[in-house]
Amino acid sequence: MSSRRTTPIPVGILAAVGVAFLAIPLVGLLLRTPWSRLPELLSSPVALQALRLSLVCSLSATVIAVAIGVPVAWVLARSAVPGTTFVRALVTLPLVLPPVVGGVALLLAFGRRGLIGQFLYDWFGVQLPFSTAGVIMAEAFVAMPFLVITVEGALRSADPRFDEAAATLGASQWTVLRRVTMPLIAPALLAGTVLAWARALGEFGATITFAGNLPGVTQTMPLAVYAALDGDRDAAIALSLVLLIASLAVLLLLRDRYLRSAPS
Amino acid sequence: MSLASQLRVTRDSFTLDLDLDVPDGEVVGLLGPNGSGKSTALRCLAGLSPLAQGRVQIGDTIVEDASRSTYLPPERRSVGYVFQDYLLFPHMSVADNVAFGLRARGVDKRTARSRAGEWLERLDIADLADRKPRQLSGGQAQRAALARALVTVPDLLLLDEPLAALDAATRASVRALMRSHLADFGGAVVLVTHDPIDAMVLADRVVVLEDGRAVQSGSPADVAQRPASNYVAQLVGVNIVRGDALEGAVSLTQGGSVHVADSRISGPVIVAIRPEAISVHRKQPEGSARNAWPGRVTSIESRGDVVRIEVASEPPLAAIVTPGAVASLGLHEGASVWLSVKATDLDAYPT
Repeated sequence: MSSRRTTPIPVGILAAVGVAFLAIPLVGLLLRTPWSRLPELLSSPVALQALRLSLVCSLSATVIAVAIGVPVAWVLARSAVPGTTFVRALVTLPLVLPPVVGGVALLLAFGRRGLIGQFLYDWFGVQLPFSTAGVIMAEAFVAMPFLVITVEGALRSADPRFDEAAATLGASQWTVLRRVTMPLIAPALLAGTVLAWARALGEFGATITFAGNLPGVTQTMPLAVYAALDGDRDAAIALSLVLLIASLAVLLLLRDRYLRSAPS
Repeated sequence: MSLASQLRVTRDSFTLDLDLDVPDGEVVGLLGPNGSGKSTALRCLAGLSPLAQGRVQIGDTIVEDASRSTYLPPERRSVGYVFQDYLLFPHMSVADNVAFGLRARGVDKRTARSRAGEWLERLDIADLADRKPRQLSGGQAQRAALARALVTVPDLLLLDEPLAALDAATRASVRALMRSHLADFGGAVVLVTHDPIDAMVLADRVVVLEDGRAVQSGSPADVAQRPASNYVAQLVGVNIVRGDALEGAVSLTQGGSVHVADSRISGPVIVAIRPEAISVHRKQPEGSARNAWPGRVTSIESRGDVVRIEVASEPPLAAIVTPGAVASLGLHEGASVWLSVKATDLDAYPT
């Protein structure tokens, strides 16, 4: 029997519209997928290059985000350094910053005439823009905040007295971090890492601005989709499908965190 | 001397000012109400909170000396710490928890595991080695925490309310177990508690801490029989009154007087009146009791097979009587009674 808490009709209609709005494009993508040509489309040189590049760049960016993002999260959560509020705002900014602005900023900093880029080029001959390294930088730039936010939250809610207990047992600060603090926040670290990876995988705006769209060098999947849309629409759809599946996989992996939050 | 310390800490309006020396093999019970500074003292000894002034020596090592800016962090002090809620690492098995201190101090994995195993054996929890802390009962977790703190054979063992988190039934058995392990330990032990029974059973010496200062120190029996403060008197269930003694008569600070058997004591004294020694009557007692006060019953409370009554007399006193006496005297709240106690049952001692 239905309970007395029925849904008001206008709310129900608008909710249905909302769900349809989100679902129909995805259904459309599935309906228009040229399933029989899929193996052929995905094994074309351009697609394979984009797949490989996306995988390499997003994983590298994730490693970088974890390596420098976790320390940032730790400092924000645990240290008494003044100005953490400002640093937190700064670190979180790429979350809301239009990616293309991030790309422009990266270009101004690391471009050949940029703040740091000019020295990199003059002294070492290193040129980051329009290189695979540039893609990794752009992806790490937009992905790291997801990791920092997630890990910082976990560090804040973890009981620091476990660290104290470990110290009284003779553990150095480094041992405490390695064997107690980090294992205690492992679930959040995993979630943050996966989120950061998903964000890196889908990165478009900062990448195309900072690293360009060179097949085999900087053309990751989202860029390849964009490029293919003008010519081979089926190829664009096939690559989009791969990205959709990757996103679904991430969602499933994080289902405990995001899908189970509503009380049943 | 295994622990020699002078602890001075100031935080907001609170000041801890405590000298605590504990020889090897002695268990000192730090007894005090909440906020008296007991836990702060433990944290200072372990190095988890810095001292404002003073010093701490554990074994032969001066681990902290505020005047010389000497400070060894917790991981470099030979201290075992059992926390009130145990703080077993939730992501490790019991065996790994116990082996942690050895591993952190550079003992190789196999040796650490086997020595942890010995301690699990000693504390009778070897069958729980592979469990996670969340799968343990309170008593089991307490043993695991004790094993974890003892496995490194520290010079100083700190116990913060070790039995407070246990239910009454478990408490008694863990207390007994703990007593035997503390006796075997051999190092200095500081035990923080607000439970007088824990302190009486486990400690060789009790230090009563109030408002950051030691107000009394002595054997458990001494502290229980001759409380120096109202807090301890209430805790151990003894009436105390203060006054000036002269030739066997004590004129009380709060008015009235009592007679004690000891006629030589003089000056400011505390008189302990055990509730069991007080007789309750409906009429003014005749005969030899020289200490008799009229009063009105303010509360009657059953305590197992005895009854504790409180009487608003001068001074106000608590007496313990049998349920039979309550019935035969017809006692009720508001009843007027006379209390009497023999001079030989009063214990007067200098403040």
